[in-house]
Amino acid sequence: MLELKDISFNVQDDSKEKEIIRHLDLNIDDGKFVVVTGPNGGGKSTMAKLIAGIETPTEGRIIFNGEDITGKSITERANLGISFAFQQPARFKGITVLDLLRIAAGKQLTVSACCEFLSEVGLCARDYINREVNASLSGGELKRIEIATVLARGTQLAIFDEPEAGIDLWSFQNLISVFERMRTANTRSILIISHQERILQIADEIVVLANGQVTKHGPREEILPELLGTSDAVGVCGCLKRGGANCD
Amino acid sequence: MIDAIQKRLLAEIADLHTVPTGAYNIRANSKLAARNTTANIDIVSKADVSGIDIRIKPGTKKESVHIPVVLSDSGLKETVYNDFYIGEDCDVVIVAGCGIHNCGVQDSEHDGVHRFFVGKNSKVKYVEKHYGEGDGRGKRILNPVTEAYLEEGSSMEMEMVQIKGVDSTVRTTKAELAANASLVVRERLMTHGNQKAKSIYETYLNGDGAAADVVSRSVAREESFQEFSSRITGNAACKGHTECDAIIMDKARVLAIPQLDANNVDAALVHEAAIGKIAGEQIIKLMTLGLTQEQAEEQIINGFLK
Repeated sequence: MLELKDISFNVQDDSKEKEIIRHLDLNIDDGKFVVVTGPNGGGKSTMAKLIAGIETPTEGRIIFNGEDITGKSITERANLGISFAFQQPARFKGITVLDLLRIAAGKQLTVSACCEFLSEVGLCARDYINREVNASLSGGELKRIEIATVLARGTQLAIFDEPEAGIDLWSFQNLISVFERMRTANTRSILIISHQERILQIADEIVVLANGQVTKHGPREEILPELLGTSDAVGVCGCLKRGGANCD
Repeated sequence: MIDAIQKRLLAEIADLHTVPTGAYNIRANSKLAARNTTANIDIVSKADVSGIDIRIKPGTKKESVHIPVVLSDSGLKETVYNDFYIGEDCDVVIVAGCGIHNCGVQDSEHDGVHRFFVGKNSKVKYVEKHYGEGDGRGKRILNPVTEAYLEEGSSMEMEMVQIKGVDSTVRTTKAELAANASLVVRERLMTHGNQKAKSIYETYLNGDGAAADVVSRSVAREESFQEFSSRITGNAACKGHTECDAIIMDKARVLAIPQLDANNVDAALVHEAAIGKIAGEQIIKLMTLGLTQEQAEEQIINGFLK
């Protein structure tokens, strides 16, 4: 369903051209749960942004359901069926959780339908539905609302960029169950950028990205044993420390 | 007596689609168009100048007064003085507002001077909306002056909205608060084209326990200019907060001047001002939800001004 063909992405860094993604090839099949791991600075988030259209590749083609989407805007890709959950979600003064879920769903969702999406991410809908998505929300609350917007969209491909970063332990347990349920539903393809061992454990496939290239890609059973004990598959504590939450 | 244009203006500024319930005074093209008084609320025309006195009996609860003004003839210029005398222990809603429809070449101007004398322990909610329309070259000008004198334990909430079509406005608001009185101001403003809008707030906290929260949220588009000047003077053990939060777009200009004047060691005063364009990350987030860039900007502005 998604093919990245010979993708390169360069940026200007002090008048020098720096390669972030180098001739990357990757296929994501229908209904697969794929987790991308690899060292920091390896190009994982950039690859996710290239798929959503937030960045444009210097070279290469992106094919989604047989259609070349390389030249399409973020909006066009969203409407073709690609969702994106940001690592650091934006905040909006005056826009409520209900407003955001309705925008995400693209229709006037009923309050009870919105409540289901919020319950799914472990938030009590009554407390949140009319809250503004502003600085009064904690990082963990914001991340869960971000995931709820992706659930509300219900698209064919959902991309999550480091969903565990910045959330507390309790939220993390919830997060795993959200993904487990999405995994079981198996109705769409899911691409998650994560170092988290618990998330890697529920993957169908694991991709390791380093220096802008795919260094490993295969079934979880094959790849995960090689990663355990390295920084590409960290336990809960390491993950939370990285995310900056209290883990002392 | 009220024509279609005037009806539309009334709907914009006062959400009035039919004759309101309760007391009202509708002024159209400088003349009285309709008036109703109630057992508790009396409205009397002033004898010396243009305007009305509104007297609300002590203890009046859950009643409302609507005093909209509409101008649909081009070239009208008027200054109107409205005084509100609100007795003790009242709980009332007052809706004012001015709509101007100017298709002509001459400027239309309405300058309303509103004074509120709020009795002890009374609660007032005041809503004022400004709206202009018409494609004539004549300007639509509104210069409202609001003065509020709050007695002990009284409270007033002011909602000031000007979203569309007013070319030039200077809004001057002055409030004096006695002990334990409180004032909340929520201003919402959007300017576009070559519009100019200036808001001046002067708040005096004169009694112990007085509190004021004066907040403006605005969007300046195209080549418009906004100036927000808010000063809180603390003369007693009081609390004051004023904030200006503006989104700037295109070639607009926004000048924010918050000022605090503390004359008492127990005066706790805070000001905040922030001006900035719409954050790129906000637009990108809404685009990933399927909106175009223009739709995303509209959503962000609508939310911000809500």
